Amino acid sequence: MTHTDLCYASATTLSGMLDNRDLSAVELTEHCLARIKRFDSQLNSVITLTEEQALVAAQAADQRRAVGEATPLTGIPLLHKDIFCTAGVKTTCASRMLQEFKPPYDATVVAKLSAAGAVTLGKTNMDEFAMGASNETSFFGAVANPWDTTRVPGGSSGGSAAAVAAGFAPLSTGTDTGGSIRQPAALCGITGLKPTYGRISRLGIIAFASSLDQAGPMARSAEDAAMMLNAMCGVDSGDSTSADVSVPDFTASLNRPIAGLRIGLPREYFGGDLDPDLAAHIHKALSELEAEGAQLVDIDLPHTRQAIATYYVIAPAEASANLSRYDGVRFGHRCDNPVDLMDLYERSRSEGFGAEVQRRILVGTYALSAGFYDAYFKKAQQVRRVISDDFQRAFSQVDVIAGPTAPSIAFHHGEKAADPIAMYMEDVYTLSVNLAGLPGMSVPAGLINGMPIGLQLIGRAFDEQTLLRAGHCFQQRTDWHTQRPTLAGTSS
Amino acid sequence: MKWEQVMGLEVHLQLATQTKIFSGAANRFGAEPNRQACAVDLGMPGMLPVVNELAVKYAVMFGLSIDAAIGKRSVFDRKNYFYPDSPKGYQISQFFEPIVGEGSFTIPMPDGSTFPIRITRAHLEEDAGKSVHDAFAGQTGIDLNRAGTPLLEIVTEPDFRTAEQAVAYLKALHSLVTTLGISDGNMAEGSMRCDINLSLRAEGSDELGTRTEIKNVNSFRFVERAIGVEAERQRDILEDGGRIVQETRLYDADNNETRSMRSKEVANDYRYFPEPDLLPIIIDETYIETLRATLPELPGPKRQRFVQHYALSDYDAALLASERTLAAYFEAVTASCGEAKLAANWILGDLSAALNREDIGINQCPVTPEALAGLILRIADNTLSSKLAKQVFEGLWRGQGSAEDIIEAQGLEQVSDSGVLEAMIDEVIANNPAQVVQYKAADEGKRKKLSGFFVGQIMKASKGQANPQLLSTLLIKKLDR
Repeated sequence: MTHTDLCYASATTLSGMLDNRDLSAVELTEHCLARIKRFDSQLNSVITLTEEQALVAAQAADQRRAVGEATPLTGIPLLHKDIFCTAGVKTTCASRMLQEFKPPYDATVVAKLSAAGAVTLGKTNMDEFAMGASNETSFFGAVANPWDTTRVPGGSSGGSAAAVAAGFAPLSTGTDTGGSIRQPAALCGITGLKPTYGRISRLGIIAFASSLDQAGPMARSAEDAAMMLNAMCGVDSGDSTSADVSVPDFTASLNRPIAGLRIGLPREYFGGDLDPDLAAHIHKALSELEAEGAQLVDIDLPHTRQAIATYYVIAPAEASANLSRYDGVRFGHRCDNPVDLMDLYERSRSEGFGAEVQRRILVGTYALSAGFYDAYFKKAQQVRRVISDDFQRAFSQVDVIAGPTAPSIAFHHGEKAADPIAMYMEDVYTLSVNLAGLPGMSVPAGLINGMPIGLQLIGRAFDEQTLLRAGHCFQQRTDWHTQRPTLAGTSS
Repeated sequence: MKWEQVMGLEVHLQLATQTKIFSGAANRFGAEPNRQACAVDLGMPGMLPVVNELAVKYAVMFGLSIDAAIGKRSVFDRKNYFYPDSPKGYQISQFFEPIVGEGSFTIPMPDGSTFPIRITRAHLEEDAGKSVHDAFAGQTGIDLNRAGTPLLEIVTEPDFRTAEQAVAYLKALHSLVTTLGISDGNMAEGSMRCDINLSLRAEGSDELGTRTEIKNVNSFRFVERAIGVEAERQRDILEDGGRIVQETRLYDADNNETRSMRSKEVANDYRYFPEPDLLPIIIDETYIETLRATLPELPGPKRQRFVQHYALSDYDAALLASERTLAAYFEAVTASCGEAKLAANWILGDLSAALNREDIGINQCPVTPEALAGLILRIADNTLSSKLAKQVFEGLWRGQGSAEDIIEAQGLEQVSDSGVLEAMIDEVIANNPAQVVQYKAADEGKRKKLSGFFVGQIMKASKGQANPQLLSTLLIKKLDR
């Protein structure tokens, strides 16, 4: 197997190779590290590389394999979005505010994946505090899309998506508040799953909007995502909003047939605004599922149009409070020589936060202000329930809802940066899923002008299994997920 | 014009849980700065609150004890404001849906009467840390040990008219929460802090005047004094034709005055919204009824029982019932000797004085209830005069054994043998003829006074052990003969 083939092998394949001693975790880790060091200057997908710790973890993984105490993930390299706290390792949230922040604790997700034996290679770039859909708001600079480095990878988990697409690691973690796993997965041609709200502990994940944030796996196939998800889930006594529901083996049901699966197509997603080329690809993809016996059903999600406004009240409102702790007093950026308390607050925060973060803090503060609370926040909470009810009704008719993940292929750097509303429209198909707390997944479903597009599958609460099964079935019939971008200086 | 004071009180009560309200850090007073604050208390990135169930239980216990409506569903909210000792930039509190709704409370007044007040609500929240302004030159230190201490904020209606009522309420509240065991009630350590909302109005008026809020008054005495000086300040302004500014004020005990802290007009907009990191607290009827069944006897009912069952005065009953350990001590003494009135007198008299003198609580009292009961029995059967009894009590306090032991060892038994006493009387009369003549010449009114001389002589001769009642009867009989 060539270096590149190894780096593009699925986690499932690699797990088998490690098991058969065809490969050691240390070798695999070295391959991945070498690839990151060689190519990431083109992408800027990694903020912190933890080379030494990775090799130590890989050695430990090999020992675990040797004594027969391995899990499928033991020795599999992965990257964490830099929003997950990693003990003793810089966790920046791609912000100047946390440029030097080293938490003394691991996020529950990090601890679980490490306990399973996964090898952490480093921390990936992202939009600052996960606020963005292009990975252009990072204090550490924009991330490039490996399919065309003049284009964005999507966001906010842009680094995690680009890195997996570039073969830096088979797996990465992401978080999704309004589409931040699914949209970059779509734009980079990988598979990304946002589980049901409460499925995965939020403890140790730096909060953006607490009622919407959810971590999930980013991988090159549904099968790999399922394997990774197995190690991420479960109730956590440290997160009151984590759900005490049973966790199935997500890989066990992947191969069950999808005949009879009812797939709903919301008229609102396939209406006049949808790019015809994109629509054609999505319909083509859906016909693959139809060929496996799934039934396509037209449905309505009547309040889809209200989702963006609702989201852009609730998410900034929660963020405005979540980001108050960055005040220059205990940790994070502190301005030089503050003259008094107000000066300390104002300059530390003005210097520490980028423009998009400041914009959302202002919007959120406004929406919660005396006299505006009822008109904005309270109203948004009510509409959120209505949107949730829409899904509830739809799921009485269908098992899965399908549509495009993003409205277009990856755009060019700077194309939407000056127009926040155009940027917010990137999440038009994804953020209602967060408002309703449902699981959603994006799988590669074609190329337009050489750029990947994603098919989004939305499921019932805690029914990630069906999404993964449908995604896996689709990937058994298509090869979009195995397509690779070509990085400069390589033949593949 | 005659003015009427109108007051409502807000009490911040620290709950006596082992750990903080939203974290596993210890909830104790007096540790080295920042040694009792964990990552959650520091508001570190990614940290999440988890509600302490005991704090919820304590809040419900309080609600049940004031007959309040318990919120079957209560919700935590974020109260947003920037301050260095508020680590997250918001305080987790309950604004829209508190855990304890309207309740009522009957307060015993010092004169034995009672006074009803209405509780508006009580809600759970987290305490802030402390800013330390005097430890570093030109800088402020932040101690987050207190951050996350569970608080129950108890809000009353504006039902108070006098400082005495306010103090009586705080004492009754202190008694209630210590009886429930939900707080140590230690005001000096800030376990119970009081905000006073005070306004004046013309007597007879139904309208409320503009109020000021006096923050964080932390002793009964300061509450009384703060109300006094603030009412006087407002009265002076109003009588000069001025207007009261609605504001928060601070009581300065050193100068006995209140000072403006900040004006409400420019006060923070707290931008309350439901805390998304916590689920609503759902409390069902079974939980409430189970808890109700385990509540201890509360000071109010106990007070009534002491009056009815032991025939104590309202005043004595209120004092004894105010503290659970004191009440238990009283009941143990009474059970052992059957003399409730004497037991109450001794506990509230000599025993309390001795405890105060040594600055210890009833639970550290060196005299067991059985020992005190032994003393009381010997008073009841006339073995001991009250003077001798005090002597025996001192012996009990110093651990010299039981009342019997001390009486025997010190020969303190009262002389009640009339033959012995008569012999003593005869001797004193024989030795003091002049005083006898003087006595016999005096009228009825003066005789009583003059007889004191003979009593004194005989007491001296008997080393104080003569039974005073018997001595008096026998002496008068002999002198008047």
